[in-house]
Amino acid sequence: MRFLEQPPRFLFFTGKGGVGKTSIACATAVQLADAGRRVLLVSTDPASNVGQVFGLRIGNSITAIPAVSRLSALEIDPQAAAQAYRDRIVGPVRGVLPEATVKGIEEQLSGACTTEIAAFDEFTALLTGGSLTAGYDHIVFDTAPTGHTIRLLQLPGAWSGFLEEGKGDASCPGPLAGLEKQRAQYREAVEALADPHRSRLILVARAQQSTLREVARTHEELARIGLSQQYLVINGVLPGSEATLDPLAAAICTREQAALSSLPDVLKALPCDRIALKPFNLVGLSTLRQFFTETVTRDVTAEDTPFTLKTPSLPALVDVIAADKHGLVMLMGKGGVGKTTLAAVAVELARRGLPVHLTTSDPAANISDTLNGSMENLVVSRIDPHAETERYRKHVLDTKGADLDAAGGALLEEDLRSPCTEEIAVFQAFSRIIREAGQKFVVMDTAPTGHTLLLLDATGGYHREIMRQAADKKMHVTTPMMRLQDEKQTKILLVTLAETTPVLEAAGLQADLRRAGIEPWAWIINNSVAAAHPLSPLLRQRAQNELREIEAVASHHAHRYAVVPMLREEPVGVAHLRELSDHPATADCV
Amino acid sequence: MTMKNIQVFDPALCCSTGVCGVDVDQALVSFSADVAWARLNGARIERFNLARQPMAFVENSAVKGFLERSGEEALPLILVDGEVALAGRYPNRTELARWAGITQTVTEAKAAGSCCSGSKCC
Repeated sequence: MRFLEQPPRFLFFTGKGGVGKTSIACATAVQLADAGRRVLLVSTDPASNVGQVFGLRIGNSITAIPAVSRLSALEIDPQAAAQAYRDRIVGPVRGVLPEATVKGIEEQLSGACTTEIAAFDEFTALLTGGSLTAGYDHIVFDTAPTGHTIRLLQLPGAWSGFLEEGKGDASCPGPLAGLEKQRAQYREAVEALADPHRSRLILVARAQQSTLREVARTHEELARIGLSQQYLVINGVLPGSEATLDPLAAAICTREQAALSSLPDVLKALPCDRIALKPFNLVGLSTLRQFFTETVTRDVTAEDTPFTLKTPSLPALVDVIAADKHGLVMLMGKGGVGKTTLAAVAVELARRGLPVHLTTSDPAANISDTLNGSMENLVVSRIDPHAETERYRKHVLDTKGADLDAAGGALLEEDLRSPCTEEIAVFQAFSRIIREAGQKFVVMDTAPTGHTLLLLDATGGYHREIMRQAADKKMHVTTPMMRLQDEKQTKILLVTLAETTPVLEAAGLQADLRRAGIEPWAWIINNSVAAAHPLSPLLRQRAQNELREIEAVASHHAHRYAVVPMLREEPVGVAHLRELSDHPATADCV
Repeated sequence: MTMKNIQVFDPALCCSTGVCGVDVDQALVSFSADVAWARLNGARIERFNLARQPMAFVENSAVKGFLERSGEEALPLILVDGEVALAGRYPNRTELARWAGITQTVTEAKAAGSCCSGSKCC
């Protein structure tokens, strides 16, 4: 593995949920410890299965791993860190300020940015030396701060006056007020992160075009702030040997090889490793030690265990949606929802004779291009989230930011790079189309988070704006919040994969929406190997591993759900998408 | 002349610039620019964000009373040397200059170039 050659002190693995960051970080830590180094493994995985891997409870303090000499581990729960941060700020005023005010403050501190900053707060001590980490040659993190967080910490305007005068005397409401440590310590942490002699950032991806594109964007963002010497790991590549056994495996191999050969240019220059798909999940030290090797001892008994999968299919869900004759259908999922699922829902509705407007933020145009005009009742449109966000940013900077001084301008610019801004810009671009949902079905692949909705609602700006527009047009008044809360008007479908981290992330989105009084209507488990009748032994074992997650969604998380099988070919065009729907999701894999 | 102490109590802001909204609050952005200008001219201005430093609101009896009476929607509140100078909107550059005792010639020279931060238009 090239990313393991001459490793610096700090190793960070970054990539979207479910690509295998934690597995790779664990395997890396074990390999380094086996090679005689003293290693600290730091995990922020919400699934927190690191303890399970090593057979002990770890938690929020450094714990020695008895089974591996020289290895210790630490689990940081970013949600708990964010809660502690909120409690520090809100705790002292609870019962002193009016209840509504306290609730408002808590919501302001419930965004993704707060969680990130709070997690970075926890990292700081680990990055800036001191007695805590003095005994370790390497510290391995299964996550990395985003470009947004790093840049925010670098901006003088974000701090302005905060803490430096010594008495917490804030002369400006900088976004970083309320952090515990001294500013110099954060500066030191960011410096350590940006220094290639001390830190290595490893981008983790799967051999899928959309994931690779996303990783390319992460790389460019980090390179712009000086973190340019990254490594790339492509995890879970299906071995060619499986292709001979199974048409599905053969199709996956072809698709993955195509994605790898058309790697985005900015990634081609990076040192790259590939890790083969493993039949096992992370279940113990012996499998962990085989993680970077090609040949793997298979658990033969597990391969041959027959299983029955009886799950609801997508058309059954669409039947219920179709009964309303019109409405807004929002598909939502962390790291994209899969254009296949999106298109399948729209095509299913259209073939029932209902008018449908499918609108997508997917950067790849092919599916919308193919579908548009190919079917009666179906209209397809596309918005480019990056272009929309850029336009929104430019507009704000040009109009509202014109008078700001350099520090103020830089801060406004950074605030405009927050995840919330993109969400708002995209949602605004979609909102014109949303109004059509009174007459037809509008199917879209994005939804604002509960946090954003609550903020929009709390500031009242959006509400007032809608009321004004409604008054102009003498319409019946419905705010977007009211529309989204009403199941008759809006159905939110959470899209996930049958894997631990994606399911937990979807559950997190659900909790966030519930805070805003919005109940997701159904869950869709996309790209299921188990629902695709695999023949290849390796895929069959993956299918086995999915069953637990499907069960968790069915009995724990969702009111109703459907499973969409992994497909041999990317369905482009109406005929293929219909095939997908005709595909029975009930399979006996014996 | 002794420099007066200006304290600004902002409503709860997620992002410091208030861009988390359907529309960016021009008043907030302009005010940030005016504060930067006034500080350059020697003014002493402190700002407190309800979402980040709620204790500052609780510890000042004038502010706490104001919040209880009028609610957070009545913010911002501006105190000059501890006394209420303005509530419900942000001051413009002229008002800031008066409180801070910044001489008018400087004010006019700076404000002329920027429409919205001045007192006359918008």
